[in-house]
Amino acid sequence: MTDIPFLSLAIWIPILGGLLVLATGPDTNARMARVAALLTAILGFAVTIPLYARFETGSFAMQFEELRPWIEYFNINYHLGVDGISLWFVLLNAFMTIIVVIAGWTSIQSRVAQYMAAFLIMSGLMNGIFSALDGVLFYVFFEASLIPLYLIIGIWGGPNRVYAAFKFFLFTLAGSLLLLLALIYLYNTTGSFEILEWHRTPVAVGAQTLIFFAFLAAFGVKVPMWPVHTWLPDAHVEAPTGGSVVLAAIALKLGAYGFVRFALPIVPDACREFTWLVVGLSLVAVVYIGFVALAQTDMKKLVAYSSVSHMGFVTLGFFLHNQLGIEGALVQMISHGFVSGAMFLCIGVLYDRVHSRQIADYGGVVNTMPKFAAFFMLFAMANAGLPATSGFVGEFTVILGAMQESFLIAFLAATTLILGAAYTLWMYKRVVFGAVANEKVAGLTDINRREFFFLALLALCVLAMGLYPFPFTDVMHASVNHLLEHVNGKMLPL
Amino acid sequence: MDMKTLYLLVPLAPLAGAIIAGLFGRQIGRTGAHCAAIAGVLVSFVVSVMVFQDVQQAGYKPFNGTVYTWMQAGGVNFEVGFLIDKLSVLMMLVVSFVSLMVHIYTIGYMSEDPGYQRFFSYISLFTFAMLMLVMSNNFLQLFFGWEAVGLVSYLLIGFWYKRPTAIYANLKAFLVNRVGDFGFLLGIALIVAYAGSLGYADAFDSASKLAGMEVPGIGWPLLTTICICLFIGAMGKSAQVPLHVWLPDSMEGPTPISALIHAATMVTAGIFMVARMSPLFELSETALAFVLVIGATTALFMGFLGIVQNDIKRVVAYSTLSQLGYMTVALGVSAYSVAIFHLMTHAFFKALLFLGAGSVIIGLHHDQDMRNMGGLRKYMPITWITSLVGSLALIGTPFFSGFYSKDSIIEAVHASSIPGAGYALFCVLVGVFVTAFYSFRMYFLVFHGKERFGQAHHGHGDGHDEEHHGLAPGQKPHESPWVVTLPLILLAIPSVLIGYCTIGPLLDEGWFGASIFVGENHAAVFGEIREILSHGAAGMALHGFAAPPFWLALAGVMTAWVFYMLKPEWPVAIRRKLGGLIAVLENKYYFDRFNEIVFAGGACALGNKLWRKGEQELIDGVGVSGSSGLVGFAARAVGMLQTGHLYQYAFTMIVGVFVLLTFWVSFG
Repeated sequence: MTDIPFLSLAIWIPILGGLLVLATGPDTNARMARVAALLTAILGFAVTIPLYARFETGSFAMQFEELRPWIEYFNINYHLGVDGISLWFVLLNAFMTIIVVIAGWTSIQSRVAQYMAAFLIMSGLMNGIFSALDGVLFYVFFEASLIPLYLIIGIWGGPNRVYAAFKFFLFTLAGSLLLLLALIYLYNTTGSFEILEWHRTPVAVGAQTLIFFAFLAAFGVKVPMWPVHTWLPDAHVEAPTGGSVVLAAIALKLGAYGFVRFALPIVPDACREFTWLVVGLSLVAVVYIGFVALAQTDMKKLVAYSSVSHMGFVTLGFFLHNQLGIEGALVQMISHGFVSGAMFLCIGVLYDRVHSRQIADYGGVVNTMPKFAAFFMLFAMANAGLPATSGFVGEFTVILGAMQESFLIAFLAATTLILGAAYTLWMYKRVVFGAVANEKVAGLTDINRREFFFLALLALCVLAMGLYPFPFTDVMHASVNHLLEHVNGKMLPL
Repeated sequence: MDMKTLYLLVPLAPLAGAIIAGLFGRQIGRTGAHCAAIAGVLVSFVVSVMVFQDVQQAGYKPFNGTVYTWMQAGGVNFEVGFLIDKLSVLMMLVVSFVSLMVHIYTIGYMSEDPGYQRFFSYISLFTFAMLMLVMSNNFLQLFFGWEAVGLVSYLLIGFWYKRPTAIYANLKAFLVNRVGDFGFLLGIALIVAYAGSLGYADAFDSASKLAGMEVPGIGWPLLTTICICLFIGAMGKSAQVPLHVWLPDSMEGPTPISALIHAATMVTAGIFMVARMSPLFELSETALAFVLVIGATTALFMGFLGIVQNDIKRVVAYSTLSQLGYMTVALGVSAYSVAIFHLMTHAFFKALLFLGAGSVIIGLHHDQDMRNMGGLRKYMPITWITSLVGSLALIGTPFFSGFYSKDSIIEAVHASSIPGAGYALFCVLVGVFVTAFYSFRMYFLVFHGKERFGQAHHGHGDGHDEEHHGLAPGQKPHESPWVVTLPLILLAIPSVLIGYCTIGPLLDEGWFGASIFVGENHAAVFGEIREILSHGAAGMALHGFAAPPFWLALAGVMTAWVFYMLKPEWPVAIRRKLGGLIAVLENKYYFDRFNEIVFAGGACALGNKLWRKGEQELIDGVGVSGSSGLVGFAARAVGMLQTGHLYQYAFTMIVGVFVLLTFWVSFG
């Protein structure tokens, strides 16, 4: 039983399923495409459950490993495995794929098969990113995952979609090329593309700095960190709802994951040396972006900026070099997946009815959509980091971690308590509360059963994680401790 | 049932009520909803009484146990657990009793509201959160309760979500509270960073170690920083200057919650928290002095504002602010038990006053302007008598509960030698006069004098409410139904008696025991109280007749009587003479305007500026250079999208990546 390749299944079921869905062809078969996509997504999620159920807590080693030679000449292997750091992201990704398929059920009416296929294929590729243990394999998945997302924005997006798709693509591609250079350098030094081998090999001091900046560029764009974040609001605004959900819930995690899997263990000395830089940029993201979010008039842009601000907590946590910081950051990543995904779904529910994302076009939605308003309130509160929602766990833990390093860092990070509440609840007030603002709002119908289902599912996740985050951090301890020993233990003179 | 299950039942019963009333409100109907909610709170109250009896037994050891481990990270256990000692059990009793009264009252007050079930769900949820807060044995759960009561307060202030003023007020309340929580969180984070634990017990054990440390990099004394940070949280929740601005506006919510949340319980969370943290605060003279000065300022200057209000609920709201200031003053002079004592008596008589005001508001068909009242004692006798009892308790009439607690505060301040005690004594003494004046101004305007209701509706000026307020001409008010008057009577009883009955044990016999810690250097503040109490509670009341506070209060009542009964033209003349001063008071010392312009306006302006200059011009305009190239690139891509070659294009890219890779690997 132990040799069932769960990770390969998690990668290839969605990809092959996606190709099958693609084969259903024109929109006359749309229903078939949807059902096939849903079944694939559910199956794809089902095969990830054993990853958690059979995960050996307390071990930092890679588990569910699969190793096959791929291009032997260059010593490139098809090497997969997860540890306590990557485990949750595979599950999160597979789970959100189900949500996205359901969310696009009726709102996507053209090229249904291609839309569903794009999401499924992307889901498989992203599982590949989180489980790849070979540098080239990682890179291929990392780059390939750009394409479906690019297509989703470029084909099913809003009026300005082409600009947004290209801005997104160019930003991330620029970073990726530097990443490629770094990987090749590492290959030349170690003669291997094994990521774990790279972890073990000390890198010369001068090279560490160069590699660090290559990583910073590649992963910083994806997170995105200030000041290379401006592609994100544009991409979100133009993307269809499902695209925004995947972008926020999963795609942003790729960059952050890169920091823990590559930057911290491979170039630990440079990471310590440039801690001030990453922490500084992260705090700018939290504070500056918090103010920018206040000024937004477009709901999607507002939530996009709020994402940048929340991801600032993630990079901050990673570079605090303590366990509270890193585990808080990882928890924040998972929570942000649920919460930002849910926020974009809520905006999508409104957009499907009114076809506007402008806050000013709404007002008094609660009068006509009380059930929706209740869900939206829960997610808004989670976005503002209210205790008992998942949004609180990561922020709280990272702030505790920050205080161990410096009062000032914790002080600046904690401003999110005020800013996050201000921009989120102010938007909520203008959209949901008040008397019915116009005829469109007066004519709204409350969420249907399908919408109720996916919002309720996410609400359960948000509450469960807020009330009992123990299982989430429990599997992380061993891997995070191991990482920290490694990062803080090595001391090459710089 | 073992005790732990019993403890769990206290918060979980109201939670169950809230869930039933909230999620299944439509199915079970109005009666079902209020039965479920009231049953939950009733269970909570009954169990609290049982726990109280248990705690009262000789040799009771405080329960300090974990319910479950919420999370573990970084060597810190994040837990949910209970600390049941005399301090928490007293709070449990007060919270569940007042909540029960308010639940019953709500049946009458909200009977015509379409959001009936939702309202019950919220107030039960509030009871749950507040009980979690007071029963906590650690900072995590404390913070949970802290924020959760803030959430429910937000939901309830904005309960009538169509009113622009209500949804403005609830956002304001939440954000101002968040400013407090910001400080609170930093305080908690400091404790975790330097005491290494979220548990109260661990924090208290390391208090003396913390007292000798400094905040690295800044050099501030660590313990003082912790205490002031925590107290900033209390300033938000307990509405101390300058974070008091949200409380008067919170009166936009329905009256029952003004009584429960914005007078009796939630706003006292800050007072409770500081008392709970007494082992920390005791070690920082600076923090105590800070607490004292803030409290004294709130006590006096918020009292002044009560004088110029015409909205009956706002008078009571400013009175609440002022009384919270009194409690904070007591904390500042290390008289924590006195603060909790005043918290308790205040909870009863202030809830009574609010519910009385609510009864008046029902009688006048939701007109809250005291200028349209007068002479109501004839029509609403129960409301009249109970409100009189509440007012007498509030102003500190000897033998009433408020007398005992307020007089104890004054005595404690008098005996204190902490910096700022002189200023505080001045504030609390003048405050007695002011309290009596605004309380009886309200009392006379509402229940005595000319009947001014039922006249042509003199417009509010804002005209935002579609429903008509006030009585029609010729219509007479009548007494409220029993569900409204019964809670009034039940609250009036403790408003009279609770002080007389409990002051002995609470203040003289050290009932709180180890749950409150007072350093030896501060123990002297109880000297005068003990001395007066040596003749018993009755002796204290008799002594009170000869003491200055009584005469100050009497002077306040007489002044109100002269101004509003005997010579109503005098206040008008004074208003003309002192226009400038009155304007300052009517504008609430311009706090709101300042906040609106500087903080709210400033933040929005800054956000806009960063958005236009930083994001659009600097990063996207200059940073993303090649933006013109981007457009050209994009234009070409449009063609591809339209001809359907995109898949080929994308495929080409993957191939390109591999080619590049091979190239670099081979020749790199």
